[in-house]
Amino acid sequence: MSPVIEIRNLTAVAHTIPILRDVSLTVNAGEAMALVGESGAGKSTIAKAVLGILPPAIRIASGEIIFEGADLLKLPPAAMRELLGVRIALIPQDPLTSLNPARRIGDQLTDGLRLRARMSRADARAKALELLNDVHIRDPEQVLRRYPHELSGGMRQRVLIAQAFSLNPHVIIADEPTTALDVTVQKQVLRLIRQLQRDHKTTLLFVTHDLGVVAQICDRLTVLYGGKVLEQGATSEILRHPQHRYTEALLAANPRYDQPEHSLRPVPEELIAELKREISA
Amino acid sequence: MPRDLRIWLGGGFILLLIVCALAAPLIAPADPLEQDLMLTTMAPGQEPGYYLGTDSLGRDVLSRLIYASRVALTVAFVAATLACLLGTMLGLAAGYLGGWWDRVISRLIDIWMAFPPVLLSILLVAVLGSGLHSVIAAIVVIDWTRFARVVRAEAQQQARLEYAEAATALGMGRGAILFREILPNVLPVVLVLLSLEMGIAVIVEAILSFVGLSVSTDTPTWGGMIAEGRQIIYQAWWVLVFPLVTLFLTVLAFNQLGDGLRQWLDPMLKR
Repeated sequence: MSPVIEIRNLTAVAHTIPILRDVSLTVNAGEAMALVGESGAGKSTIAKAVLGILPPAIRIASGEIIFEGADLLKLPPAAMRELLGVRIALIPQDPLTSLNPARRIGDQLTDGLRLRARMSRADARAKALELLNDVHIRDPEQVLRRYPHELSGGMRQRVLIAQAFSLNPHVIIADEPTTALDVTVQKQVLRLIRQLQRDHKTTLLFVTHDLGVVAQICDRLTVLYGGKVLEQGATSEILRHPQHRYTEALLAANPRYDQPEHSLRPVPEELIAELKREISA
Repeated sequence: MPRDLRIWLGGGFILLLIVCALAAPLIAPADPLEQDLMLTTMAPGQEPGYYLGTDSLGRDVLSRLIYASRVALTVAFVAATLACLLGTMLGLAAGYLGGWWDRVISRLIDIWMAFPPVLLSILLVAVLGSGLHSVIAAIVVIDWTRFARVVRAEAQQQARLEYAEAATALGMGRGAILFREILPNVLPVVLVLLSLEMGIAVIVEAILSFVGLSVSTDTPTWGGMIAEGRQIIYQAWWVLVFPLVTLFLTVLAFNQLGDGLRQWLDPMLKR
């Protein structure tokens, strides 16, 4: 398997606070890689760094992100824009705010097709209908005419997924795409992403804090804490035999529906203190 | 007042004015400039055919009111629209592009707002010379800040929302995001401001014609009529009162329309 994205020794700071510490990871063609960690672990920062949409407060101090032989961090903005949407696309976190409230679904879904793939209005519309069909939206004709607030959260996330896949990109970055959805919808959306990823042979970088989600759809996973990579490997391997104590603690913290009498076990304070010392060393 | 009533009453009155302005020769009972020195300062109803009385030169007040709406509405629509275009463009640039654009445009707005607007407009017209074009130019030059300020804040807020980020991640350029993503979300506010600005433009035009700096005195204007009526208020109140009431109602109509539109267009209230 050939690497599609290679992140090498990426270090990022916000003012003087380190956000990413020497992060290296490889995502291979066609696989689904998960970035797992708690809030502030730097998983979203990695995703945004790849997309080149870091907030101005966060600065990349060193390292490189190699995609198709070029360092994305050194690419001029115009060349980066050429890649976005066409080669690398995003499934955003919050379906409620990631669609423009003032524009119809049809207009938003055809933007990429019209502006980037230079399709005619009619072709883009036909393609949009096809895309909505692919994400299992019933009555796509109707939905194209709707405004975002007229759709449910799950439907909006499906529209965003359709938009991400619309230009058939090599890589899709999904930034906690199911966090804002309720559990039943979550499952359907995950299955949908997995299915589309396999059909299109897309490489997926999946950001999440939910190990249950990882187990369902990711081939490999990277565990992050405080901006540092703690463990990396095949999902099945790590979930069964975690090497790092933090991963172990994270797994133990997951509620078990087959053992409801067990109370929740948070990651132990001592371990966190130890991790913090280790990281800042 | 319910928003629909506001829109209907405000919009209805303005529509009536537009009809009066367009069809003035058909509607007005007399020539607004024709003097009849035998029939000066006739009270309303005193002389058949002169429904709202005559002024000190024996001209029909109603006809003059109707013809004067032409100047008022021309200024309202043209000046407000131009101020809106200029202010919205600058506001969008400042709010979305940020950086130097924002710094320069924001300082310009600060400087502009430190001038007393009425004095500035009188000064401008005095420099440019009187006439319709100068009045419109003065209003545009002064009032673009009303749009720029609000649009800048709104664009800044919209640009921070996730849909703008999602559009960036889709590879859309800044221009495309500005006009396709941000502008539609700013437009409701702009429309409301436009309607309010039309009322303000009517007032400014009245002030300028009151002090004799608007169109030439042989064109009837509400401000000009008020200035004439002021001198004979104790002999003929109607020469002052009717244009004053018309002016008041016009500005009120634009404001009500603006308020009604705001409630109607506000997506949060609609949902």
